[in-house]
Amino acid sequence: MIRLENVTKQFGVVKAVDQVNLHITPGEFLVLIGPSGCGKTTTMKMINRLIDPSAGRILIKGKDISAEDPIQLRRQIGYAIQEIGLLPHMTIADNIALVPRLLKWPKKKQRQRVEELLEMVGLDAATFMHKYPRQLSGGQRQRVGVARALAVDPPIMLMDEPFGALDPITREQMQDEFIKLQEQVKKTIVFVTHDMDEALKFADRVAIMNHGKIIQCDSPEMILRRPANKFVRDFVGSDHTLKQLSLIKVKEAMITDIDTLHPDNTIAQAKELFKRGSSNIVVVAKTGEAIGYINREDLNKTPEDRFVSEITVNSISTVASDKTLKDALTVMLKNDAGYIAVSDENRKPVGLITSSRLRQIVSEPRLNSREEQ
Amino acid sequence: MLQYILTHQAEFMVLLRQHVILTCSAIGLATSIGIPLAILASRIPFLERPVLLLGNLGQTIPSLVILALCIPFLGIGFAPSLAALFLRAILPILMNTFTGIKNVEHGIIEAARGMGMTENQILWKVQIPLTVPVMIAGLRTAVVQAVSLATLAAFAGGGSLGDLIQQGIMMVDQERLMTGAVSTAALALLADFIIGLLQQWLTPQGLKISA
Ligand SMILES: Nc1ncnc2c1ncn2[C@@H]1O[C@H](COP(=O)(O)OP(=O)(O)OP(=O)(O)O)[C@@H](O)[C@H]1O
Ligand SMILES: [Mg+2]
Repeated sequence: MIRLENVTKQFGVVKAVDQVNLHITPGEFLVLIGPSGCGKTTTMKMINRLIDPSAGRILIKGKDISAEDPIQLRRQIGYAIQEIGLLPHMTIADNIALVPRLLKWPKKKQRQRVEELLEMVGLDAATFMHKYPRQLSGGQRQRVGVARALAVDPPIMLMDEPFGALDPITREQMQDEFIKLQEQVKKTIVFVTHDMDEALKFADRVAIMNHGKIIQCDSPEMILRRPANKFVRDFVGSDHTLKQLSLIKVKEAMITDIDTLHPDNTIAQAKELFKRGSSNIVVVAKTGEAIGYINREDLNKTPEDRFVSEITVNSISTVASDKTLKDALTVMLKNDAGYIAVSDENRKPVGLITSSRLRQIVSEPRLNSREEQ
Repeated sequence: MLQYILTHQAEFMVLLRQHVILTCSAIGLATSIGIPLAILASRIPFLERPVLLLGNLGQTIPSLVILALCIPFLGIGFAPSLAALFLRAILPILMNTFTGIKNVEHGIIEAARGMGMTENQILWKVQIPLTVPVMIAGLRTAVVQAVSLATLAAFAGGGSLGDLIQQGIMMVDQERLMTGAVSTAALALLADFIIGLLQQWLTPQGLKISA
């Protein structure tokens, strides 16, 4: 989709971007990250020709963009930057409809699109359409910025720290919404950020830059597990184990061979399960929800004609299967639990996460061993 | 004072009319030349320095000197007065428009460019609307200056309420002096008020909200 070939940009004596090669595939979410001044913004601006490279070339859909009209090119590429980019003298509707207006869409279509986009980014169209940027909070303006970039449904989006100026809570909320949005719209995105957590959250691939060069361009997992050099390792930070957990979904890592018992099963039935080698037993209610677990010692001390309900330890925490392992760990720490149940969307237990399982995952030497199991 | 106006009604009205005509023509001329010139200068990089230099230099020359310098070239009467007023008025209009356009936040322009606006669209749809408040502030300064400077036209034989002041001084006629001075001041206040309304009316709605 986008290909950078030996792209260099020199400002006087400063090599802002130095021999960069990148190939961004359709639908890919590529994050550019690196210390301040490393050339992220410059790299991005060369893609919509706000800056022209000093050497090398950039191809979009196979066509060299230096031969294309920059105005036409830019109208086909969504561009979102920090909130500063909204035009203060135009209403929110006019800001969002900026490119549609340039492309002379009919009025009615423009209006429909504005309403649609505002709803898409979680703002009530009737309330916000006729307001001005200065009447909005930082978070709301940021949403408008994203909506504006999506206005003509461009296949490519360039985003330069679009959530940079937000407080941490709003930021995280916007990030989560943005992930959902991207699942719907499936754009090819080049995203610049300073924030490693943000990068890991969004990226299909992360390109780490320093002094104008791409040091490593890899999947978040590879960046965390196999940093190319000390610079990447330092940049990722010492909490990379935790970061790694945030990359893995609970459902990918959980122990799935669990057995379930009902409270009115007999102890004999429970023993039978253990004899067959089952070690992960969850007690579930009639409604299907996990309600607790049983200990083997309790089981052995109890006569066989009694019921499971009598020895059930009625405390088990659950985590949804689409959460990350970091979320699972948080639940475990909060409840001081050695293991927790994983529930699907119907709250039925579908697996378990145990502390030993977590330890095993972070120490896995090989990347894909998880999937190979 | 009222007494004076009533008894010299015809004469007063002539002077008032001359004063207003002088000021209005100077402002009209200064605006219609100053604003396009400023826009042009903002678009042509090598004009930036000379314009700024000229603007700053011009503002430091006393008004009376400008008037005096005009007389040898334009003689006595309406022309040198108009020229002096024009030169005084064009500076704030030109400078405010120019710096206003130049100072529009870079991020806003970059965003507009990134969206695919042409340079002309950026100028007319972004830079100029955002500059309106500054532009009108310049106009306001120009108008108030021009109204008071027009009194000096009396020295150049241009005819204005300044005549009353000049005569008042020479004839030690308090009444006449006060009439000239007070009515000039009133005219300046009125002009200021009108420009204030204009500013309200022309400033884009979204900019009236304090950020
Ligand atoms: N227009 C310009 N003229 C001269 N030098 C520039 C220009 N734009 C960028 N630079 C320089 O190029 C280098 C890279 O800048 P760039 O804006 O791409 O960095 P960045 O990675 O986006 O940094 P940040 O994270 O601070 O936004 C810097 O050293 C910067 O000073
Ligand atoms: Mg940057």
